[in-house]
Amino acid sequence: MKTLAAPAPLIQSIRLQRDRRRRELRRLCVLLGALLMALVCVTLAIGQSVTAPLDVIRVLWGHEVPGAGFTVRELRLPRAVLGAVGGLSFGLAGAAFQVLLRNPLASPDIIGISTGAGAAAVFAIVFFGASGGLVSVFAVLAALVVAMVIYLLAWRDGVAGGRLILIGIGVAAMLQSVTAYTLSKAPAWSLEEALRWLTGTLNGATLMQAVPVIVTLGICGGMLLLQGRALGALQMGDEAAAAIGVSVARTRLLVVLSAVGVIAVATAVCGPIAFVAFLSRPIASRMTRASGPLLMTSALTGAVLVLAADYAGQFLLPSRYPVGIVTGALGAPYLLYLLIRMHRKGALS
Amino acid sequence: MTSTAQEATTGCTGRNVPAPPSSRRYLGAMGAVPLLLALLCVSAFLSLGYGARDVSWGDVLGGLSGRNETLGQAVVQMRLPRTLLAALAGAALGVSGAVMQGLTRNPLADPGILGVNAGAAMAVVIAVAWFNMQSLTGFLWMASAGAAIAAIFVYAVGSLGRGGATPLKLALAGAATSVALASLTLAIILPRGDIAGGIQLWQIGGVGGATFEAIRPMLPFFGAGLLLSLLSARGLNMLALGDEAAAVLGTRVARLRFMAALGAVLLCAAATAICGPIGFVGLVVPHACRLIAGVDHRLLLPLSALGGAVLLTLADVLGRFLARPGELEAGVVTAFVGAPVFIAIVRRKRIREL
Repeated sequence: MKTLAAPAPLIQSIRLQRDRRRRELRRLCVLLGALLMALVCVTLAIGQSVTAPLDVIRVLWGHEVPGAGFTVRELRLPRAVLGAVGGLSFGLAGAAFQVLLRNPLASPDIIGISTGAGAAAVFAIVFFGASGGLVSVFAVLAALVVAMVIYLLAWRDGVAGGRLILIGIGVAAMLQSVTAYTLSKAPAWSLEEALRWLTGTLNGATLMQAVPVIVTLGICGGMLLLQGRALGALQMGDEAAAAIGVSVARTRLLVVLSAVGVIAVATAVCGPIAFVAFLSRPIASRMTRASGPLLMTSALTGAVLVLAADYAGQFLLPSRYPVGIVTGALGAPYLLYLLIRMHRKGALS
Repeated sequence: MTSTAQEATTGCTGRNVPAPPSSRRYLGAMGAVPLLLALLCVSAFLSLGYGARDVSWGDVLGGLSGRNETLGQAVVQMRLPRTLLAALAGAALGVSGAVMQGLTRNPLADPGILGVNAGAAMAVVIAVAWFNMQSLTGFLWMASAGAAIAAIFVYAVGSLGRGGATPLKLALAGAATSVALASLTLAIILPRGDIAGGIQLWQIGGVGGATFEAIRPMLPFFGAGLLLSLLSARGLNMLALGDEAAAVLGTRVARLRFMAALGAVLLCAAATAICGPIGFVGLVVPHACRLIAGVDHRLLLPLSALGGAVLLTLADVLGRFLARPGELEAGVVTAFVGAPVFIAIVRRKRIREL
């Protein structure tokens, strides 16, 4: 009988290949990071008027620059910061859910978790007059409850992907009508304000708003990245993961809690920016051959998506659109394309 | 066509025919018709008498007979078109859902889930924003076109690949299409501050603010849709056996599909153009009716019409009851009634079977 140990050259070549993929992944992350920085710079410097790069830097250092100070510090900087951290949050949480549930369609914006956070946020604002951090707390609690409800409802001798997604769609439809109703009851709200909760926008962003997002991203996002290895093992199936020493239940709980926290806080501030959570990981995985959870790559992709879509919505389209409309119009065809591809493979039937 | 008519008459005189296999179902359905009619009357009375201002029964009857002397009678006359619209739109959505479920052999088919309502809504928004359309008949034509295009698109995407149009694939295609259409709809109304407010309100879906003038242009669409649906009832029974079996049994499958789909689209477009998108009525009602009447579409479709009328009228009353002295739009109420039913259906073990 042959031994089970692989011959040395095979091990060698596998190791080489793995190293190459890791390097490739690192290069991709650096590239995406650079792209993100470039988009931040463009958002800071070029808007209705162009500000010289030197002036931008001086404003950021706290100098007074006549004619540019207000625009850069009050308008563009919050927008760039919130867009970047919001995008990171959406991309990260979306990828975590997709990996955990082993299904690209199981992103929080499709299965109703973002909708729940958004509905709770707008409900708290309109009916309880909440603001700031309190709204985020509401959103996080609601998103956790929604996630739990969907999971419990989908439970039937285990959770099948298709059932979970369908139940999520049903729950999302219900929550959307809550949002629509709440908006219709809001006293004297502009459409602009309503749009935040229907599609998500960065309009009127302030640095104060970005604080809870940054804090949550630091804590929960860090937790998610720490769980990256275990999450990668879970991709191969629960038994396989348990066999190589991953504590499956603990990993799951940690990942769900952190991902829900990240997405809910970001949603409470920017609204449910359509499809960013769903799109980030499929796009990221198209850019690399590396397998694995791709959390960092997806987060960076999300941030790039949000900033690019926001910039396009502001300045490149005939009329000014909030970022959620741009990502919604881009994302839906991609979702359909993905569906068609999955149908071809028979993955859904 | 003649065979359909013959079949329909034998269906009505079911008691004279030597015991058909589903005679118990016929009896159940026959019992359900008066029951549903009575329920409809009760909910219509509630809808007329209940609201921000309660009206005595005497005034309801007085208002119905056309008198307009007391304040109560005037209120009843104000609520009359709204009640009528709720019943009509509910019936339209119920039948439309039943036909779609039969046509796609898919228990999750519903004009809301499949994105057909979103298509109708977007077409109406385009009509208002780009063509400055004002007439309700125009809205109805646009809504029908939009609903038809959305339905064809979703069905095409959902039935690609192995296994045909499974519930999951259709529902996902519908959800994706809905989001895309909603985004585009918002993109259209956003630069138009002048029309945005009205459209926002219309998009929630409700029957408040109905007038007889608004209902009248809907009637021909409603009638045509109902007729087409009822005419295809027998064919839908055949289709339940599978396309091949239906063809062997003498059904012209392509023609039947076209006719039934046209009927369903006309019905839900008519309801959507006037009330705005109202979800889940088309999902819940046929399922409930199937429990009573079984899977025979000749019974199912009329029962769904009655059931839909009852459900939407009650939803409207409930909306006025819950949010007194304001009101909750009927579309919000039906979402809350319907989504749990949707989830219950998904949770059933063998989702593919209808």
